Amino acid sequence: MSTTKDFETKQFPTWCPGCGDFGIWTALKNAFVAQGLEPHQIVTVFGIGCSGNMASFLNTYGFHGLHGRSIPAATAIKLANNKLQVVTVGGDGDGYGIGLGHTIHAMRRNVDMTYVVHDNQIYGLTKGQASPTSEKGVTTKSTPFGLIETPLDPIAMAISVGATYVARGFAGNTKQLTELIVGAMKHKGFALVDVLQPCVTFNHHNTFHWFYDRVYELEKEGHNPKDKQAAWTRAMEWPTPLKIDESRVDKIPTGLFYVEDRATYEDELPQIAEKPLVEHPLDNIDITPLMETLS
Amino acid sequence: MESKINNLNWKIGGEAGYGIASAGEIFTYACAHGGLKTFTYLEYPSLIRGGHNTYQVLVRENNVQSHSARVDLLVALHKQAIDKNLNELVSGGGLIFDVDNSKMADFKCLRQDIHCFPIPLETLAKQAGGEKVMRNMVAVAASLALVQFPFAYLTELITRVFSKKGEKIVELNIAAAKAGYDYVEQNFAGKFGYKLQIKPESGKRLLINGNEAIAMGAIKAGLKFFAAYPMTPASSIMQYLANNERKYNLIVKQTEDEIAAMNMIVGAGFAGVRTMTATSGGGFALMTEALGLSAMVESPTVIALVQRPGPATGLPTWTEQGDLRFALHAAQGDFPRVVLAPGDPEECFYMTFQAFNIADKYQLPVIILSDKYLAEARQTLPYFETSDLKIERGGWANVSGLGANERFDRYVDTPTGVSPRVMPGTPGGVFIANSDEHELDGLDNEEAENRKMMMDKKMRKLQFIKNDMPEPVKLYGPKEADVTIVGWGSTKGPILEAMKMIESEPMKAKPGTETRSGSGTRVNFLQIKLLSPFPVKEVDAILRQAKKRVLVENNFSGQLGGLIREKTGIDITEKLLKYDGRPIHPEEVVDKIQSI
Repeated sequence: MSTTKDFETKQFPTWCPGCGDFGIWTALKNAFVAQGLEPHQIVTVFGIGCSGNMASFLNTYGFHGLHGRSIPAATAIKLANNKLQVVTVGGDGDGYGIGLGHTIHAMRRNVDMTYVVHDNQIYGLTKGQASPTSEKGVTTKSTPFGLIETPLDPIAMAISVGATYVARGFAGNTKQLTELIVGAMKHKGFALVDVLQPCVTFNHHNTFHWFYDRVYELEKEGHNPKDKQAAWTRAMEWPTPLKIDESRVDKIPTGLFYVEDRATYEDELPQIAEKPLVEHPLDNIDITPLMETLS
Repeated sequence: MESKINNLNWKIGGEAGYGIASAGEIFTYACAHGGLKTFTYLEYPSLIRGGHNTYQVLVRENNVQSHSARVDLLVALHKQAIDKNLNELVSGGGLIFDVDNSKMADFKCLRQDIHCFPIPLETLAKQAGGEKVMRNMVAVAASLALVQFPFAYLTELITRVFSKKGEKIVELNIAAAKAGYDYVEQNFAGKFGYKLQIKPESGKRLLINGNEAIAMGAIKAGLKFFAAYPMTPASSIMQYLANNERKYNLIVKQTEDEIAAMNMIVGAGFAGVRTMTATSGGGFALMTEALGLSAMVESPTVIALVQRPGPATGLPTWTEQGDLRFALHAAQGDFPRVVLAPGDPEECFYMTFQAFNIADKYQLPVIILSDKYLAEARQTLPYFETSDLKIERGGWANVSGLGANERFDRYVDTPTGVSPRVMPGTPGGVFIANSDEHELDGLDNEEAENRKMMMDKKMRKLQFIKNDMPEPVKLYGPKEADVTIVGWGSTKGPILEAMKMIESEPMKAKPGTETRSGSGTRVNFLQIKLLSPFPVKEVDAILRQAKKRVLVENNFSGQLGGLIREKTGIDITEKLLKYDGRPIHPEEVVDKIQSI
């Protein structure tokens, strides 16, 4: 049996003390242990950002790709060897900004993988610029006069474009987050776990305390995640298009919004019905029939 | 006079959507099945219907390696074919045109040196029970009747090409063809000097273009995962592979963009399968960052870069060799890459196979440079000989003795720079493929000493590539020559054809020019097949002793010429550079040689 220690490397995380990333790191390790997985059975694919830095702190097979491009790499890894457990870890800039196109297409494709997004509503590693999920009006290094755009809503987007497991976790609630990640990994299909992850250094608005005052758990309110309409209604609760306002009373749902059974991309490929691509022999492939069609 | 027996350049021109391509295909296959050799070349604008599309087929008894700018028999399905292509007809050539087309009904040819064959193509098609679109079959049959080619070959091919569309369509096309054939026999028997005589042969022939050869080479090499975004003129590689993905157990993934395609194949290479993408310059521009990733994480990838004229959207359906420098330098940073340039479909096949071996053995990106001309021109070749082709997957680590979850030194320094790989999922092999600079097991490491070691290790691989590339350059023609032509890629065919023309005197004259003699000039041709790492020694040895050197390239700035100067110090001042979107014609090479 593996322990959380098995999923750690010799490098201790370089995140800022108190960073929400620690909670996600812990939840991932817990989720792996809870499923009885060993480090060599998992491939974790990372983008670039503070979230991507976890590549050197998490002991599994890893692929630390380019900024915004973790999803295509993860998709191919899964299609090349569908025996692997593939988990992708990214941030809001990575997955909802530069890599948004890939995120949407991966969702509609429904490749069997889990996507954990460190959503801190800010660009942390580049030291404090606005992100696609930053709230309207927020002042950052790139928006000194207040952000003009309204935030992207990852949950509503995921439900609408075809993700089959859509959840929101909170870095301040590792117990719930662990369960959501376990559920996502066990789910067959594309699973999004968007994680509210306070950036203690560059986001002085969406702090742990700000979230503690607002989050609630869907499960405790009897939400049925198979009900798409209900999921949609809950998704609409937050983020709002309203300007940033400390006194505003938001309610932020966390937990599993939506789940759906749908054939995965791999299910539709007879090429890998028997065994993964990596196990196909390459010697003596006969191309005579191909030549005959061109003769 | 050049022989008019088994030496015919046939060209058909018409609007897109009127079966120009299927006419060309049937003409080609009829000739090939008659034992003749063919070379086909297509021109078409970037649209779906209308425009001026041409398909030309050069037919000879012996191997034919390029198109020719001089046409012997032109078929005009619309007036533009006359307007644009009549001047390409040689003296003594023929013109078939559709008198049912209102714009050509009253056409009077001003050229007295050619034969005109007005034929009511549409009427004949309709009388045979067909539709207007079957004019193409009437025209093909009429052409074959003019050169006294037996009708039987045509029936067989029409059946083959149209059988998917049903028996009725086959019957109608055969009837239309018969009408065209009979019309010529009745009205123009013996009026045209050219003849195609069948040469029954036993050997199996292949009619194949560059893209098909690349795709076939990839399948033979064990390609398992292909990802690409459609882009002319590369798309037919994806289509060919997609059609065969279930037969050969490979996955073809059309992606949301080229960024995804390239990142996918780096991921697939990491996972342990043979993987590839295909694109043109615009798509390759989007792939550049991940090209560097392939080298950084040492994940083998193969990229077919099928060039078209740029920059930006450029000329989407035309040809150019403008991306050599781009392929050599794309992406930030110094990293090892291999760039191969096949010159014909045969080389496309074998070099693609080789590309996968090199990618696996050296764990880096291998770029295959092709272009629209090579991609789509179809050549008659013997079947590929595959018994000697050996899959070489390079070094794999034995990690069975290691603890299942211990970290593995995937990027260990070695004398060749190549570190043994491990397939993700294997117990004892845990590592990260890290786009950040990393240490032996892939963890981030920004220390100076580590960085230098990793750079040296990766770049060291380039010294050994030549072991896997026994023929980085090839010299055609006599060792000693008056003129040495230098080129790469698809200009090979036109250059070799030009050399044949120079050898066979007297020379063919271009229309309107005088017949000139080849005057015994001895010409050889240095084809450079490996562009990175550049074969400095081989190129230098041949060029330094050359009496006169001529650079032939399908681009504006002579990119290979610049590279040769950079690597050898040799400055080639005589240049034939063409950048109008059209391939270099063999006749232009002949003119260039004679002008110096």
